[in-house]
Amino acid sequence: MARMKFLCDADRCIECNACVTACKNENDVPWGINRRRVVTINDGKPGERSVSMACMHCTDAPCASVCPVNCIFSTDDGVVLHSKDLCIGCGYCFYACPFGAPQYPKLSNFGSRGKMDKCTYCAGGGGTEVPGSIEEYNKYGANRMLQGKLPLCAEMCSTKSLLAGDGEIIAQIYKERVIKRGYGSGAWGWITAYREDITV
Amino acid sequence: MTNLLARGRFIFAAVMVGCLVAFAAPALAQQSGAPIDPQADVVDQQTLLREFPRIQGEINQLDPQARVLIQPAGRTWDYFHQVVLRWIGAIAIVGTLAALAAAYFILGRIRISAGRSGRKVLRFKAFERFAHWLTAVSFVVLGITGLNITFGKLLLLPLIGPDAFSALSEAAKYAHNFTSFAFVVGLVLIVAIFIKDNIPDKTDIEWFRQGGGFIKSKHAPARRFNAGEKLVFWGALGAGLLVAVSGYLLLFPFYVTDIAGMQVAQVVHSVIAVLFVALILGHIYIGTLGMEGAFEAMWTGEVDYNWAKEHHDLWLEDLLAKDRTASAGQSPLATPAE
Repeated sequence: MARMKFLCDADRCIECNACVTACKNENDVPWGINRRRVVTINDGKPGERSVSMACMHCTDAPCASVCPVNCIFSTDDGVVLHSKDLCIGCGYCFYACPFGAPQYPKLSNFGSRGKMDKCTYCAGGGGTEVPGSIEEYNKYGANRMLQGKLPLCAEMCSTKSLLAGDGEIIAQIYKERVIKRGYGSGAWGWITAYREDITV
Repeated sequence: MTNLLARGRFIFAAVMVGCLVAFAAPALAQQSGAPIDPQADVVDQQTLLREFPRIQGEINQLDPQARVLIQPAGRTWDYFHQVVLRWIGAIAIVGTLAALAAAYFILGRIRISAGRSGRKVLRFKAFERFAHWLTAVSFVVLGITGLNITFGKLLLLPLIGPDAFSALSEAAKYAHNFTSFAFVVGLVLIVAIFIKDNIPDKTDIEWFRQGGGFIKSKHAPARRFNAGEKLVFWGALGAGLLVAVSGYLLLFPFYVTDIAGMQVAQVVHSVIAVLFVALILGHIYIGTLGMEGAFEAMWTGEVDYNWAKEHHDLWLEDLLAKDRTASAGQSPLATPAE
């Protein structure tokens, strides 16, 4: 079974934010929520690098571990999904997430959060809805995995900086790139997410 | 006119040539020198994380939290929440319950040694009891709903199933959020009303030296509140303050603090809260099961004369002295029961 991962080759990212837009459109993500974002490090300085970040679908996902109602889980493909029917909007997954992935629609009083929303790896939702159904789409967004497709953010990346797919394959692609061009700023977030790094 | 135009053209050409030379020079230098290293100023994630616990950058979105790219502390907080907190909570609460059970079965209930006199003494006025019960009821609600967040999925979820447990936990979340206001009002009232009788003094040292009257059947001297009650008061004030401040940081997420601050707030809130629950368990025990004649003080407001004499002798003396000087004939405080 493939272990799905994301890898952002920061030496290729041009901070165009097309991944953010593609994600919002494909999954009909509500206002105020971005499942993916592009963070620029050393902005405007020499050595500036941009990294596209969303849920990394961690190994031993800390969000799933801390969830007080156990509504987050990993699929056989290593994709971290959650059930919006069970989520109580406590916000704990955001404190535990190393990548700031969980998002909450701001509802009603104080800091009250609605049901958590995050990247689903374009694999539908973790609820009881029929995979690929309109109910699932309305609640979680697209289920491209069901159609044998990868997340649209990576598919649409104009510089092929953002890679999605089986972890071993994308790691191999990254290694080949680093060897060919002679440099690479590393697989951002991999150590934290997957407890392994890509060494070339 | 043509002369002027020609001169202008000449200046323009001269500037262009100058520019060409200026721009071409570094390019030539690069071609001849070492190749550009695109990685020269790039900092890798391990280096960044060694310098600062999280990697932050700039972002086009308005949410300042989105600037944080990687915060490995999330996994540390996960470990705290799933392992450390569970042990602290289990030891504090189960340990306290075990100690109280031992106290009950070994030492037994503390009786009024002289038996009931039948005379009643007013110990807590109606408003004082209101402040106590407002705090008490909201504390129980906060305690149970709070423990549900940490222990519910271990103890309750397997019993009632995910759907019922989620519905319950969501209701519990709202109950926790709203009850917090009642608790803070109650706590402020309690502090305002009782602080003057809770200032530590010399009698407290003597009370501790005599083991608080727990060990021997002999009773230690005490004013309105003995040293044990004072400990509960100051404990409740300190813990209440900490859980309230950290709780409002959590209730208004990211209003004043960042992700690290939120994690610290949750750690403080949960650890202090389970210790607070343990303290209040002891308070509940001694006020109900543990001591004869104690519960009525906070329930009806009146205690038995002999109870007051045994547990708060100095307070009773003050009360009677005040009573005698205030009114020669009628006594509103100490009235014989029918």
